Amino acid sequence: MTPELGHFALILAFVATLMQGVLPLIGAQRSQAQWIALARPAAQTHFLLLAFSFACLAQSFLANDFSVAYVAQNSNTQLPAIYRFAAVWGGHEGSLLLWVLMLSGWGAAVSVTSRQLPEVMVARVLAVLGLVSVGMLAFILFTSNPFARLLPAAAEGSDLNPLLQDPGLVFHPPMLYMGYVGFAVAFAFAIAALISGRLDAAWARWSRPWTTAAWCFLTIGIAMGSWWAYYELGWGGWWFWDPVENASFMPWLAGTALIHSLAITEKRGAFKNWTVLLAIAAFSLSLLGTFLVRSGVLTSVHAFASDPSRGVFILLLLGVVIGSSLALFAWRAPKVSAGGAFALVSRETMLLINNVLLVVATGSVLLGTLYPLLIDALGLGKLSVGPPYFNTVFVPVVVPLLMLIAVGPLARWKQADLRDMARRLRLSFVLALLAGIILPQLMGTWTPMTALGCLLAVWIASSTVFQIVERLKIGGGSAPTSFWGMHLAHFGIAVFVLGVTLVGGYQEEKDVRMQTGDVVSVGGYQLRLLSISAAPGPNYRASVGEFELSKNGRVLKTLHPEKRQYFSSQMPMTEAAIDAGFTRDIYVSLGEPLDQQGAWSVRVYFKPFVDWIWGGCLLMAAGGFLAVFDRRYRLRVKAAASLPASATA
Amino acid sequence: MKRFLLPLAAFAVLIGFLAIGLTRDPRDVPSPLIGKPAPAFTLPQLHDAAKSFSVADMKGRVWLLNVWASWCVACREEHPVLVEFAKTGQVPIIGLDYKDKVADARQWLDKLGNPYTLTAVDADGRVGIDYGVYGVPETYVIDKQGIIRMKHTGPITPESLNKKILPLVAELSR
Amino acid sequence: MRRWPVLLMLFALVALVAGGVFAGEAAPLATNEAVEKRLMAISEELRCLVCQNESIAGSQADLANDLRREIRKMIGEGKTDREILDFMVARYGDFVRYRPPVKPSTWALWGGPFILLAGGLGALVFFLRRRNRMAPPPILSEEQRRHAAALLDQSDT
Repeated sequence: MTPELGHFALILAFVATLMQGVLPLIGAQRSQAQWIALARPAAQTHFLLLAFSFACLAQSFLANDFSVAYVAQNSNTQLPAIYRFAAVWGGHEGSLLLWVLMLSGWGAAVSVTSRQLPEVMVARVLAVLGLVSVGMLAFILFTSNPFARLLPAAAEGSDLNPLLQDPGLVFHPPMLYMGYVGFAVAFAFAIAALISGRLDAAWARWSRPWTTAAWCFLTIGIAMGSWWAYYELGWGGWWFWDPVENASFMPWLAGTALIHSLAITEKRGAFKNWTVLLAIAAFSLSLLGTFLVRSGVLTSVHAFASDPSRGVFILLLLGVVIGSSLALFAWRAPKVSAGGAFALVSRETMLLINNVLLVVATGSVLLGTLYPLLIDALGLGKLSVGPPYFNTVFVPVVVPLLMLIAVGPLARWKQADLRDMARRLRLSFVLALLAGIILPQLMGTWTPMTALGCLLAVWIASSTVFQIVERLKIGGGSAPTSFWGMHLAHFGIAVFVLGVTLVGGYQEEKDVRMQTGDVVSVGGYQLRLLSISAAPGPNYRASVGEFELSKNGRVLKTLHPEKRQYFSSQMPMTEAAIDAGFTRDIYVSLGEPLDQQGAWSVRVYFKPFVDWIWGGCLLMAAGGFLAVFDRRYRLRVKAAASLPASATA
Repeated sequence: MKRFLLPLAAFAVLIGFLAIGLTRDPRDVPSPLIGKPAPAFTLPQLHDAAKSFSVADMKGRVWLLNVWASWCVACREEHPVLVEFAKTGQVPIIGLDYKDKVADARQWLDKLGNPYTLTAVDADGRVGIDYGVYGVPETYVIDKQGIIRMKHTGPITPESLNKKILPLVAELSR
Repeated sequence: MRRWPVLLMLFALVALVAGGVFAGEAAPLATNEAVEKRLMAISEELRCLVCQNESIAGSQADLANDLRREIRKMIGEGKTDREILDFMVARYGDFVRYRPPVKPSTWALWGGPFILLAGGLGALVFFLRRRNRMAPPPILSEEQRRHAAALLDQSDT
């Protein structure tokens, strides 16, 4: 019964979202107050119905209802309860349901927190969100119904993919989807503004906190995915330039560009067209990612089981949503005013260079990701584009971008003084240069790449710190939260860059054959294999190694890497054991048993500063959240509306 | 203002490519060996390790080289098709038992039938590497001059046999 | 980190003697570290064909193991990286290379990012100059500048 209720709620949600998508839009065009007023209740109903539907699916999982095909495919009675819950989004159908649930959640959030915005604007924003949801819900209902019954019911579920049986599944997809889908709000604001023809600074101010919030979730989601891959795949990498990773990285890059260009549009009323285009692009890239992951056009480590008919449907959806947005853009954009003037050396120009570089970076990732497909479509053969390519083309684009982080915030709006900026950067320059020379030496060997990385990290970090100090001196010890947010995020980038540089340059790796009692040394630490024993798990059996980690003869810790064999799928899984630390990780993973005497192949890594990579991402996200809660976004509409007049004067 | 139409135009091109992409299988990788001489090897035969088989033995004949293994699940799927086809005797099928145990392989053939003229044993997979084998089963069509003319990756179905392999064999045999 | 291995071995030795336990330093799977370094570098550039999307260095698949063994052997025979790469491409095609070769069909791939960069910066310069012609940069009097700064500070908070 529960699945039917869920399915029914899903259909009702489809009806509600149709109302949300169509009526307020017509109402806004014809100035009909009743239809405009429908937007909020429709959006909230839509959310509640989807939440109910989602709860029904979760209940089917928790109750092991294998008469539901999706549950039978992705769960198992032996699966621990927390994974049975997370398995709701462990496959294609359920993860789509999560996707629309979050979309409706963002819509409901807009409907609740938008009291200070003009009703017509809110109606249009919610309507656009509703229309996107109509497409996605139709996709679910017609091609990917998670509630489809399996008759006769399966006696036992075929289990969740062992790779997914990890705490990572509980947090990573929801965070990632919050980010992907959150860009729909920025998109909806942009489309609503285009429809109204009122593209002004107020629009930018309204959509800014939403964009930043979505960006924060996406940042956390990507970082968690990277960390998950790091400890789960058993070979200690943190980024593989896999198509699915790129699919999440492209909206992130476009979203980062959007956050910066929204700043210009809000403060200076300039580049409205460009900002609108970026808002469309960020969400379009999220949709494109959905297509790439689910259609099977590219091979990836994390792809869903693919089905061409689904691919066709998403492609159609992609064509309608993005195509109509870009057509609307082409129609409306020529009429938009240019906005405030500025000098060649100014904050505006800095932000524009930032935008150009970020867009080029996005374009490069897009090109590399889709190139195998393009070449194949043209009948020119099969290619693989992998990490060596991306590292080669990405670094030259990103280095100037990182350089600019230290410089940009120093520039004043409209007109900046180069000499003044140079003076304020002098000390950072010296420190960065010293760091580039000395830090690599301290770590062991000096190479141009590690020197560059250390230089960039210190350049950004020191400039950021000096700017904070300067501001506190002038501002009497206080600054708005958005100021702290920006600098915290920039500082996070410095931390990230240092982590990437040091782990890339100085990690150590050993592939060894070990028997009980053997010792392997890595990065100044010793690991002694105490035993490898069999241990049962809830739905797998494991060989668990016991390693004693010591340094200079002092025992620090015991590590327990596992090799698991899951009953249902018979898939072997490597669970690495990691001793995480502020300055280094020690990473042990079990390979294969080598002979009858109990020897195993073992891979150990010494990963200096690897956690700074994710720490840096968390700092970026924390900075973003600070900016979201800046007081000025909560000002009344009147104060906001007076801004464009002064900014475009 | 034509420049505002540029994003739409670029997107239309992209959609076109994605649509074509949907009709392609990214896992289907063409072999670079097509049109090249079949890599030479000499390996012991499955049913008589004292005897060997080498590619040169097949000079002057059109033949199929079928890579299989008893541990390979998809091979079980294609095996009945091969057994049925072998009865027609149109073309010799040489098996290449890839990274397998001899006893297992023999038992497998005893149980499911033996469509092979003979089977060569590639115990360590070294010959497999020379042939660019990456997913068993794989089948190569080799012509009278010992040139590889086609490679089929994955299980042979009656359809792929009749539509792809047999017409080529007929043409090469002429 | 260069001097460390020696120290490490000393530490390990001291630890062993002090502990009085008989145990050996684990044997590396490779007999030669330089060979292993090269193996890793080469196999990171090669795609494991049976896997979804993993390099031969990262994959635990059977074929990846075989190919690593093969590469190790070729390194032992004194083959150059180029020769090893050619060996792989001859058998599996360009698909096996994660770094696509530069040839007419990949010019757009390799040149694309740099053309984009040049085009983007070019467009930016063009745009800024045109915009400056349309609206000359404000030459503000001292008083106007103060006024503007005050306005901006207002909107900053």
